[in-house]
Amino acid sequence: MASWRWFAARIAGAVLTLLGVTIVVFVVLRTIPGDAISAALGIESGTLTPAQHAALEHYYGVDKPWIAQLVSWIGQLLQGNLGVSLTSGKPVAGLIGKALPVTVELAVLAAAIGTAAGVLLGMFAGSRPGHVRDSVTQGAGLLGLAIPEFVLGTVTVTLLAEAFAYFPDTGEYVPLTESVSGNLSQMLYPALVLSVGFAANVMRTTRSEYVEVAGADFIRTARGKGLRPGRIRLAYLLRNALVPIVTLTGIQFGYLLGGTVIIEQIFALPGMGRLLFTSINDRDYPIVQSTVLVIAALFVAINLIVDVLYRVIDPRTRET
Amino acid sequence: MTAVLSVQNLRSSVRTRAGDLEIVHGVSFDVAAGETLAVVGESGSGKSFTALSIAGLLPAGARVTSGEVVLDGQEMTTLPERLRRATRGARIGMVYQDPMSSLNPLMRIRSQVAEGLVAHGWEKDKAAARTLDVLGEVGLPSPAAIGRLYPHQLSGGMQQRVLIASAIAARPQVLIADEPTTALDVTIQQQIVDLVARLRDDYGLAVVWITHDLGVVARIADRVLVMYAGRVVEHAPTQRLFAHPEHPYTAGLLGSIPTPQDPHGSALPQIGGAPVSMSALPLGCPFHPRCPQAEQRCAIDEPPLTDRDGGQAACWVPPAQWRPA
Amino acid sequence: MTALPPQAVDAGPAAAPATARRDRLLTRVWRDPNGRIGVVVMTVMIVVGVLGAAQVLGHDPIDQHPEVRLRGPSGANWFGTDQFGRDILARTAEGIATSLRVAAVSVAIACVIGSVLGITAGFFGGWLDQVVGRLIDILFAFPAILLALAVVSALGSGWQNTAIAIAVVYTPIFARVARGPTLSVATAEYIKASRVLGIPIRRVLWRHVLPNVSPPIVVQTTLALSWAILTESALSFLGLGTQPPQPSLGLMVSDARDIVSIAWWTLAFPAAAIVLAVIGLNLLGDGLRSALDPRRESP
Repeated sequence: MASWRWFAARIAGAVLTLLGVTIVVFVVLRTIPGDAISAALGIESGTLTPAQHAALEHYYGVDKPWIAQLVSWIGQLLQGNLGVSLTSGKPVAGLIGKALPVTVELAVLAAAIGTAAGVLLGMFAGSRPGHVRDSVTQGAGLLGLAIPEFVLGTVTVTLLAEAFAYFPDTGEYVPLTESVSGNLSQMLYPALVLSVGFAANVMRTTRSEYVEVAGADFIRTARGKGLRPGRIRLAYLLRNALVPIVTLTGIQFGYLLGGTVIIEQIFALPGMGRLLFTSINDRDYPIVQSTVLVIAALFVAINLIVDVLYRVIDPRTRET
Repeated sequence: MTAVLSVQNLRSSVRTRAGDLEIVHGVSFDVAAGETLAVVGESGSGKSFTALSIAGLLPAGARVTSGEVVLDGQEMTTLPERLRRATRGARIGMVYQDPMSSLNPLMRIRSQVAEGLVAHGWEKDKAAARTLDVLGEVGLPSPAAIGRLYPHQLSGGMQQRVLIASAIAARPQVLIADEPTTALDVTIQQQIVDLVARLRDDYGLAVVWITHDLGVVARIADRVLVMYAGRVVEHAPTQRLFAHPEHPYTAGLLGSIPTPQDPHGSALPQIGGAPVSMSALPLGCPFHPRCPQAEQRCAIDEPPLTDRDGGQAACWVPPAQWRPA
Repeated sequence: MTALPPQAVDAGPAAAPATARRDRLLTRVWRDPNGRIGVVVMTVMIVVGVLGAAQVLGHDPIDQHPEVRLRGPSGANWFGTDQFGRDILARTAEGIATSLRVAAVSVAIACVIGSVLGITAGFFGGWLDQVVGRLIDILFAFPAILLALAVVSALGSGWQNTAIAIAVVYTPIFARVARGPTLSVATAEYIKASRVLGIPIRRVLWRHVLPNVSPPIVVQTTLALSWAILTESALSFLGLGTQPPQPSLGLMVSDARDIVSIAWWTLAFPAAAIVLAVIGLNLLGDGLRSALDPRRESP
């Protein structure tokens, strides 16, 4: 069927893009003035065991020409070797393995809250366009987009500390597997802060989609058939408006994965963002390189899933 | 013949910033089972609004202000919405102009037809069976295969057949068709017109067919209602209307149809001026600024509908006194 | 950041009037209620920024006066002072200047390079289009702020590198926005005919491509500017952007983190400045969108 061919083409495209991403990451990090990797190796090598030192050199193939370095790095990646930290000597794959679930959980929570709030508010505003409720909701949405995360996060932490003597940014991180309530008590507030911008975007799209669909002719047909308003709202309005909303949510989720740095900093969560940030400051390039790569790869995967989902939801896209 | 649908003095208005604007201005007509009434008029004459008023489908901000709509002896406008909704689809079926946009793009054809039945209490399997039957009745080949498709996979003509099927599936008594063939090409138009005629006979439907196309009127209508500025200006059996119109507007409409008998190179007659705006109606007869027969009186008093030769017309000037245009 | 770098979703009608009458653009933007607010807010911002850069507002932004530390807003210091006794009004004003400068520089670079790439790719097509398209796809494969972080991590901190990072993120967006209308124009029959006739390409680009590409580019610019301001302050907040002692709104918020409970003004004013600038640019973008496409109503 045409679908399989389309799917294969998309996967091929994604792989190609991934290859390009790898090259870009490689090149960008090579522009560091003075080949700081070998310089860092020289300085920090004191903390590494000889075996780790050799592994790192092998990983980077520091003496070989560029192309060879790139190829050997890709080879290492495919084997699951993401390098070794310059500061701690630990394998990067392990560090990412611990940090990724935190970020993913944060993103999922924020996306879930943001989508629910955004869709509800968007429908609320869109059901009476031009009314007071529409203007107020849209104004709130604009505010939600304009207030930077770091402001909202800082204010939230301060308020929680002052008003409730609650300090989400202290203490050990509690993983979900250990204690659900402990974990959520740490993750809920940062997720809420992240969900604001998310919800604002979802709300804006939901509203305009809702307005557009509500004026559509097939709504008139549905009413003419005598369908109940509840059914019309679900099967006709929402179902049609949701198509672009689903794709938007998916893409935003991808952005969320890559954009948790600030919130993780403010709320002291040991996620990918924090890992990236500390390793940038420490000039720990193996970690920077691999972290960026992993997130970008996930983003490519999410885009692919969104494309597939879109095709599933909207039968009009299936015609070749 | 007893009327299945009887509309008495219907008035509907829409709320605007400048207050209520009356769109339908005292429209009355009857339709009996097996009869087709054509409603003719320019855009803005209030024909669609009348149809929506009858079905109770006016948009927010518009409402029926007075008058009666009696369906099979039951008055509709005073019914609560819940009961009114039960009549839509089940007793009044509606078909609209643009078939592509009138179907839910995300639902399969068979679901869209069946849900109208389920909404009126049919059981799922009975609804599914009836769906296949009615898709066949409207002339669609392989109803089962078509049922599985999505709207965008069908041509305009087929989509319109689906909509008609959906409208009559629950065997309503009345079918209101609002310019159902305007968006289709000419050969398909003929087919749809013939289809509706056949269904009317099979089901004993009372059909209200709204159009601006006099060719369709000639083909399918038993009687014609001519509307202008939200009012009925003439009401007559089709033959009589075409042969001897009693209202200058009707005459103008008929006169603007080109015929093979027209002399070569002659100008196509038109009704001068532009359609009147409901918010700026003139005093007296609303048509008089464009009327070639207008007299002094027309600018002062609005003519009532009076009986004329087997029909009715709202005009002060009888045809005998008409000047050549 | 959660907010997508805003992209103008519709590339603008290729059938738009070929002449964008720039002399009446401001009037049309003014007529739109959102646009009007946007123009006012941005004018105020720019004026404050200019005054701030000239260090004319309030006291000197860098001078420390420990004797007046952490005073609330007063006659002497309209926005109060921070923990070093520095005047917050002056620092905010200069912070606005920094934000605007970084935003303007980065968006200008991205706009020029991106538009040139997009127009070239769309107009000449062929392998050039393929290559540029691929490059754009690859850059789009990175979440925006991640890309900015990666660039900053490679180049180091400081406002110039921040500007480069923002430019890197937005260049592909401008390229994509410019490519669409260019493609529609380039494939039009009369354009193909004119090229066969030997009409200089320069003329075709100027008279036909540019007027169709300008409206969406202009709208995209305001959105890019607002994202740039958010990103610059975010990077400064993290310590990766503008470095002290140069005032930056993000840095001010970061400095205020520990003392905001006792000195709300150290956070409130710089934060409000950022929020105002973003709102102003967004509303300006709305106004421009409705001014440039008469068929659209303001959302």
